[in-house]
Amino acid sequence: MPWDRNQMAARAAQELENGTYVNLGIGIPTLVPNFIPEGVTVTLQSENGMLGMGPFPYEGEEDPDLINAGKQTITEVPNTAYFDSATSFGMIRGGKIAMAILGAMEVAENGDLANWMIPGKLVKGMGGAMDLVAGVKRVVVVMDHTNKHGESKVLKACTLPLTGKGVVDRIITNLGVLDVVPGGLKIVEIADGVTEADLRAATEAAIID
Amino acid sequence: MTKIYGSASEALEGLLFDGMTISAGGFGLCGIPELLIDGLVESGVKDLTIASNNAGVDGFGLGKLLNTRQVKKMISSYVGENAEFMRQYLAGELELEFTPQGTLAERMRAGGAGIPGFYTKTGVGTVVAEGKELKDFDGETYLLERGIFADLAIVKAWKADETGNAIFRKTARNFNPPAAQSGRVCVMEVEEIVPVGSLDPDHIHLPGIYVHRLIQGPHEKRIEQRTVRPRAATAGKGEEL
Repeated sequence: MPWDRNQMAARAAQELENGTYVNLGIGIPTLVPNFIPEGVTVTLQSENGMLGMGPFPYEGEEDPDLINAGKQTITEVPNTAYFDSATSFGMIRGGKIAMAILGAMEVAENGDLANWMIPGKLVKGMGGAMDLVAGVKRVVVVMDHTNKHGESKVLKACTLPLTGKGVVDRIITNLGVLDVVPGGLKIVEIADGVTEADLRAATEAAIID
Repeated sequence: MTKIYGSASEALEGLLFDGMTISAGGFGLCGIPELLIDGLVESGVKDLTIASNNAGVDGFGLGKLLNTRQVKKMISSYVGENAEFMRQYLAGELELEFTPQGTLAERMRAGGAGIPGFYTKTGVGTVVAEGKELKDFDGETYLLERGIFADLAIVKAWKADETGNAIFRKTARNFNPPAAQSGRVCVMEVEEIVPVGSLDPDHIHLPGIYVHRLIQGPHEKRIEQRTVRPRAATAGKGEEL
């Protein structure tokens, strides 16, 4: 069986290094905090101006002045710090954030990432995604390996407008884990119950041994 | 000379002209200058270019200025929550300059610091780079972005003293300090104006030099996405953060 959303999030949580500062995108990455391994402590950055993001508030304790980058009400933790947007993206642009775990529409074998715009559909904007992929030290993408038509989202070249060029380091999908290396992608791990043949068949990008 | 005005309309008097550029603070509906937006609506000033991370929602925040057709152009990173915005944009009635969120914050900060341009890696190899100068530094390619010098900044803080020394609250700070800095004139609305001397000088987030006019609430402070967790002992497992 391919991994489900929670299993993908749990696998992504294995990427977290103790003591680091991490930014999580919307979608599956928001599930990652539920699976942080024992003994690992990370500080979550919310790019609207916060380090040390806590869970959703209890009902009745929502604060309109305390939201995450998805505009959802959240809470603080004991070591929370607040700052303005220029400072927030200064720490992103300055390489202070160890890792971003992001969703994606397409990833290419050279590390190109597309996750902000589908031509012909409503354009909402890139938000902070372009800044994040250009600035953080390591970009891990979590997404389904194929779209709902069964077509690969792990491509030779992205077809959608890019969020960043050559920015992805690791891809975690429902079928397994792949690294972006010179010349293509390298299989790191295959999901339980998935064969290497399944993974290769679902991947348009070049896989090198 | 006092910086304190009795209403948004009074505070904006003499500062507005058609075709002007305005920087606005706020992220989503958090920390937006809702009173000053109402003041702009009342003034009828038009053909505005507004630099703001978002464009409000239908009927609230900057969405009000879109409904009254006072906006010519938005400089924003994300505008997904506003149907009237999309209608005007797709009909060609509204210009939109998509700017990555961090680039927008830095463009405001830079303008406020007298810096007309800066290089960043953000957007290299994407549509954001179209028409922009590229330059290599130490083997990496960067693109040139321009500072924003706004005719007016409208921002919201939590508290300010009578000279405009301001403190923000939690994530409502967001774009407010860089937006304030980017304005040739800045009007700030706060929930409470306190006497000079009652704020710890070491805890001021934005010094009063950036604040020219000041008004006091009340604010609606609408929540855009109300998300909560159950009080049960299982809280935190298996739910989206």
